[in-house]
Amino acid sequence: MGEPGTKEILSLDQLEAVSGLRTGRKHILSILVENKPGVLTRIAGLFARRGFNIDTLAVGPTDDDTVSRITLTLDGAVHPIDQVTKQLHKLVNVLKIRDLEPGETLARELALFKVSADGSSRAEVMQICEIFRAKVVDVTKRSVVVEVTGTCDKVDAFEALVRPFGLIEMARTGEIAISRGRSET
Amino acid sequence: MRAVDALMECLKAEGVDVVFGLPGGANLPTYDAFYDAGIRHILVRHEAGGGHAAEGYAKATGRVGVSLATSGPGATNLITPITDAMMDSVPVVFITGQVRTELLGTDGFQEADTIGITMPVVKHSFMIQHPLELPRTIHEAFHLARTGRPGPVVVDIPQDLSRADIPYEPVDDIHLPGYQPTTEGNQKQIKLAAKALANSRRPVIYAGGGVVSANAAGELTELATADRFPVTCTVMGLGAFPGTHEQWLGMLGMHGTRTANYAMDEADLIVAIGARFDDRITGKLSEFAPRAKFIHIDIDPAEISKNVPAHIPIVGDAKNILPRLTAEYRALEADPARLEEWWTRVHKWQERHPLTYTDSTDSEIKPQYMIEALYEATRGDAIVVSDVGQHQMWTAQRYHFARPRRWINSGGLGTMGFGLPAAMGAQVGCPDDTVVCVAGDGSVQMNMQELATCAEEKIPIKVFIMNNGYLGMVRQWQELFWDKRYSQVEMGQYPDFVKLADAYGATGLRLTDKTTLVADMRDALALEGPVLVDVRVTREENTYPMIAPGQAARDMVG
Repeated sequence: MGEPGTKEILSLDQLEAVSGLRTGRKHILSILVENKPGVLTRIAGLFARRGFNIDTLAVGPTDDDTVSRITLTLDGAVHPIDQVTKQLHKLVNVLKIRDLEPGETLARELALFKVSADGSSRAEVMQICEIFRAKVVDVTKRSVVVEVTGTCDKVDAFEALVRPFGLIEMARTGEIAISRGRSET
Repeated sequence: MRAVDALMECLKAEGVDVVFGLPGGANLPTYDAFYDAGIRHILVRHEAGGGHAAEGYAKATGRVGVSLATSGPGATNLITPITDAMMDSVPVVFITGQVRTELLGTDGFQEADTIGITMPVVKHSFMIQHPLELPRTIHEAFHLARTGRPGPVVVDIPQDLSRADIPYEPVDDIHLPGYQPTTEGNQKQIKLAAKALANSRRPVIYAGGGVVSANAAGELTELATADRFPVTCTVMGLGAFPGTHEQWLGMLGMHGTRTANYAMDEADLIVAIGARFDDRITGKLSEFAPRAKFIHIDIDPAEISKNVPAHIPIVGDAKNILPRLTAEYRALEADPARLEEWWTRVHKWQERHPLTYTDSTDSEIKPQYMIEALYEATRGDAIVVSDVGQHQMWTAQRYHFARPRRWINSGGLGTMGFGLPAAMGAQVGCPDDTVVCVAGDGSVQMNMQELATCAEEKIPIKVFIMNNGYLGMVRQWQELFWDKRYSQVEMGQYPDFVKLADAYGATGLRLTDKTTLVADMRDALALEGPVLVDVRVTREENTYPMIAPGQAARDMVG
């Protein structure tokens, strides 16, 4: 094979293309941006006009008050992830993008569930809460509100279990994520 | 000093020698500063005219254009030029006035969310939140406009902040931590590309507007002549390689030459430089250049593998990469004879499929001939600014541009009304050159009001209207694909362009005779001041050849 260091000719047949990658899995992008007005709009607008669908999005401050962190998830089966990151890099206010590897990432989400629960079912609901280490944060004669934190899968599982009781409403934050180990995300 | 006076100092520090604009309530302070700032300001008759003029100026000179407008409707009138500059990567700074800060978000008089509206179509934008920010922001705006992949930058200045008194000191540092364009190409990739070139038997160099933006036409010619590489350019890249050169294939794409499109179709290696595989070039993507591998050299990494997967991507500035690629290639001492078979094939195409049309047998002027006559009358050396439509394609096909920045058009957005004001801007930037505008009878009217600006400011552009009484390109598509159902394409008989020119303080002429056309054009070109020439051409002619929509490049018609 024609290694760059030699004068050997390179057969064109041996050239592999680098095409738009559709990985088929969910991607968590952790994006550091300048904390300036309108930056979130720029990112959301970019996704909208390029046809990239954001599944979840969470934004908040970092230890540096001039920098915010946006954590967003998107479906890699539908969108070419390399185009997404390249287009994001073009935004002047974007400082750093990490496509977090599932194995090296800690991801957590917070959810609040308002569940129908009267005298007869409350105990069962609370048992499920205990198993999931969820907290009951509100209780009335006919309902409870439960706070759950954990991975996306854990929250999904909790939701599936409480639905049969009657899920009045729910609110989820979308995941935030940080890399395992000592080095920065 | 007032923030607006600091603005004047910043513009001067950036080397701005002319701006195009129109004052209003929200930018009265700015205009007060212009009154004795010593920077040339050209008052236009429509903000869009000013915006396109700034584009034409930037395209002709390679410098950053500056366009001003007031708040509200002034700013929204700039949306088209801003979008045009975005699509064609033109370095322009648009400075807009904005209502006083306490009125923001209240639907105030002449208030519009300029930053919000233009967000999708700018390279970047700034809203001044504090007057002290203004000087640094202006320098950041210019830096963003001219570096990396050039593009439009909007700076929105609320009126009250613009009047504030600030201490001013020249700014020599800018703070854009998230902006680091790559200029230097990766050496390994360059070596790889050189080796691939050395091994290719059917290479084509496909150069686009990026070569012109990089001022790398000379470097492109060096690479192309390091061996006998066939060269084609996009409509944005015309002039980056001499159109009279022996290795020139003609423009490629929807209305490119058959030779160029066939060469791309049969190539084994395509070297894309400063081009982005736009749909006008590729036709049906799945059938585009099926036998080729791609080397893609571009300063914007997002373009690489966006439409067409790149086998050897090289991110960086063409001016930096091309000479290194040429040197690496030369060192390999490839055998030039390996390209002979390819050239035999190319020459056959050139012989069999030249650009043709059926000329008239009487004095009727065919539109294709009009361009040939213009080429002759200008000795192929004018700056030609085109509007959008059939005339644009005929000019691109038949005016053989020898050097870059002589051909200026709206390619990506295809904005009708671009030509006349852009020609005005080009002439302002290049006062010693002949600047010719080729327009259609439809497009020329869209920013006709700038003819008055040309008369007042003594900007002697020569506008040649290819007048066929139709919106020609739309009519052509209706003929070819919509059963000749000519819906809303008849332009009618008004205005009388000669009378209109006179009313605008320009010289108006009407040409109808093919036999004296070249001489008549020469006479028009020699006149003082702005000239509007109404050239009556055949009503229905089609721009050929053509890659029909959704078709493969090898199945051209016409």
